[in-house]
Amino acid sequence: MDLRMNGLTAAVIASLALIACAKKEEPKPVAAPQPGPAVAAPAPEITVVIGHSAPLTGPQAHLGKDNENGAQLAIDDANAKALTIGGAKVTFKLMGEDDQADPKQGTLVAQKLVDAKVSGVVGHLNSGTTIPASKLYSDAGLPQVSPSATNPKYTQQGFKTAFRVMANDVQQGRIIGEYATKQLAAKKIAIIDDRTAYGQGVADEVEKAVKANGGEIVTREFTNDKATDFAAILTKVKSKKPDLVFYGGMDAQAGPMALQMNRLGLKMPLLMADGGCTTEFHKLAANAADGHYCSLPGVPLEIMHGGEDFKNRFKTKFNTDIQLYAPYSYDAVGVIVDAMRRANSVEPAKYLPELAKTDGFQGVTAKIAFDEKGDIKDGAITLYQAKGGKWEAQATLGGSPVDAAAAAGAAALKEAGEAVKAAGEAAKAAGVAAKEAAREGVKEGAEAVKQAADAAQQAVEKK
Amino acid sequence: MDIFIQQIINGLVLGSIYALVALGYTMVYGILGLINFAHGEVVMIGALMALTTIKALAGSGLPGPVIVLIGLLVAMPVCMAIGFTIERVAYRPLRYAPRLAPLITAIGVSIVLQQMAMLFWGRNYHTFPPLLPSTPRAVFGAQITDLQIMIVVLAALVMGGLMLLVNTTRLGRAMRATAENPQIAGLMGVNINQIISITFVIGSALGALAGVMVSANYSIAHYHMGFILGLKAFTAAVLGGIGNLAGAMVGGVLLGLIESLGAGYIGDLTGGFLGSHYQDVFAFFVLILVLVFRPSGIMGEKVSERA
Repeated sequence: MDLRMNGLTAAVIASLALIACAKKEEPKPVAAPQPGPAVAAPAPEITVVIGHSAPLTGPQAHLGKDNENGAQLAIDDANAKALTIGGAKVTFKLMGEDDQADPKQGTLVAQKLVDAKVSGVVGHLNSGTTIPASKLYSDAGLPQVSPSATNPKYTQQGFKTAFRVMANDVQQGRIIGEYATKQLAAKKIAIIDDRTAYGQGVADEVEKAVKANGGEIVTREFTNDKATDFAAILTKVKSKKPDLVFYGGMDAQAGPMALQMNRLGLKMPLLMADGGCTTEFHKLAANAADGHYCSLPGVPLEIMHGGEDFKNRFKTKFNTDIQLYAPYSYDAVGVIVDAMRRANSVEPAKYLPELAKTDGFQGVTAKIAFDEKGDIKDGAITLYQAKGGKWEAQATLGGSPVDAAAAAGAAALKEAGEAVKAAGEAAKAAGVAAKEAAREGVKEGAEAVKQAADAAQQAVEKK
Repeated sequence: MDIFIQQIINGLVLGSIYALVALGYTMVYGILGLINFAHGEVVMIGALMALTTIKALAGSGLPGPVIVLIGLLVAMPVCMAIGFTIERVAYRPLRYAPRLAPLITAIGVSIVLQQMAMLFWGRNYHTFPPLLPSTPRAVFGAQITDLQIMIVVLAALVMGGLMLLVNTTRLGRAMRATAENPQIAGLMGVNINQIISITFVIGSALGALAGVMVSANYSIAHYHMGFILGLKAFTAAVLGGIGNLAGAMVGGVLLGLIESLGAGYIGDLTGGFLGSHYQDVFAFFVLILVLVFRPSGIMGEKVSERA
């Protein structure tokens, strides 16, 4: 019996050690001096640790690493500025953790970050990990800015510490539903989702919006975020003859799904939300990517504030292209650092009120302002179509994520103004013609906004 | 009707993929009574290794199938070496330990291989170039590609080949003897270490083949692809009767068909009460039913005839 136990224990310890070795890939930051004492007795130099959490292993590892790289770039930029906060010279450090896109692991990581007394958290990537983790951050009074969690629940829980720099699913779903039924003129729509908090959430909002716009949901099918074979559900979808298929989920499934649709003879377009809006999609869908659509909160990278520059610096530093949310996690770090500077303190309790007051912070993705819930104000949504291995912007539709049911007239006017302003900024650099188009856009409303964005886009491309 | 035929074809192709991987599980189990959880990872490494070779040869002007064949021929020895090493390093020292110990080691090896592949090939998805004929052709109104037909045929051929090997050759006799009682087989002059190594090497070579076919079919390869595939194939092996080669094929195809028909019809049959997200529930329900009435699986009747 003794021998048995020893053998077993040894094996368990050995495997645990192996797991530990395998996972110990991220450099662990040097133990940070506590922000508290540092302020009490002002040291000449302090290190501020910002926590980051995203899946660094598993099917979404490429997106998680992309987020972490975006945050790392922001940290390096902040350090290059050699900021002085509360009389001390501040060095920022990123503590990157792996939540495996798993809600359970997400809370473990959150606890770890809380215990490590980080000064702020950027993350998580998925709604499914962000929501449960937000409770722990809220209890610890630790500000959390998610770059990419879009499920509306995240900011509806009443936590003072929860923020996001991306429009939520209510907003995105509404615009996708409208775009599908109006611009793409789809009457019968099939919806597939991956049963995650994100996929299911956005699919539910799209379903509501499609129905509100007089469209019909012919079937709802489900898969999971680890699947590769969709032949069975796609065959079922085919039997319902929809005009369009919406998929709520990530690129790792959306790409192969597009390929299998082509193989099974489903000719209608596939429409995806932000999760499918990646450069990987074109690779994963092989020769079947063209003609499909996706939406992404924000404006296209090309017309983002300093988007081209960001893209190039990212590529130089990490030797890989931006996958998806890197600009958002860059901005998430940016708003935290900005709030610390304004509060002149790195203590979570002191800079949190300033973070909530963020209004007009110029990030890469947008001018960021938070509403009372911590959602981003006036987030624009851009729709893209896959053409020749690239996402081509089709239309940028603005709106307020705060209140999806805001009076349509007022909202439309405001949206038009916002979008034209964004397009106008790019047009200034691009040429007078685009600028004219953008001005006309104000008169003609939302329809012309599309033209302006297109014109700006073309001008940028020509350049 | 064409929708029904399409679902049957979907199930058959998916099932053959499960069967190809399940054969590797069942062969090792048949000889050693060990569940080699790392087999899914060997499949993944086979796919990625072949892909690396294929990408290196992309500009060579050789015809597509030849490039894939070269990729496979490179991947096979690599996987064989990995299979051999796994057995030598992780399983052999624990051969006479309690059954739980090698099981946990197997899970550990699986994680190590996965992380090593992540460090080596990165976190991004890799695209398998469309080198094999994958234009769909119509069969009774349903769509099937040449590649998918190849997968179904290949799974059957591999199963047949393995059965011939195990039942008619000298090596096969040694394998069966080792399966029955390693100690006695050793006393009768069978070099059991060698036989077990050979079993792992053959199983891993099949893993490489399965990996290449899977990635060619779905056009992707990723360091995480082995996990779910391994889990499903293991389920298929248990369903068919683990340790039984024909059972792996039967279990694989059955699991594929259940999943496919489950996803396709469960929603309509229950009036929308249950949806396609119940396809796994449905598949595992069938598994439990089979195991309640036939604890050793559909084909796993006589324990002495394993492998």
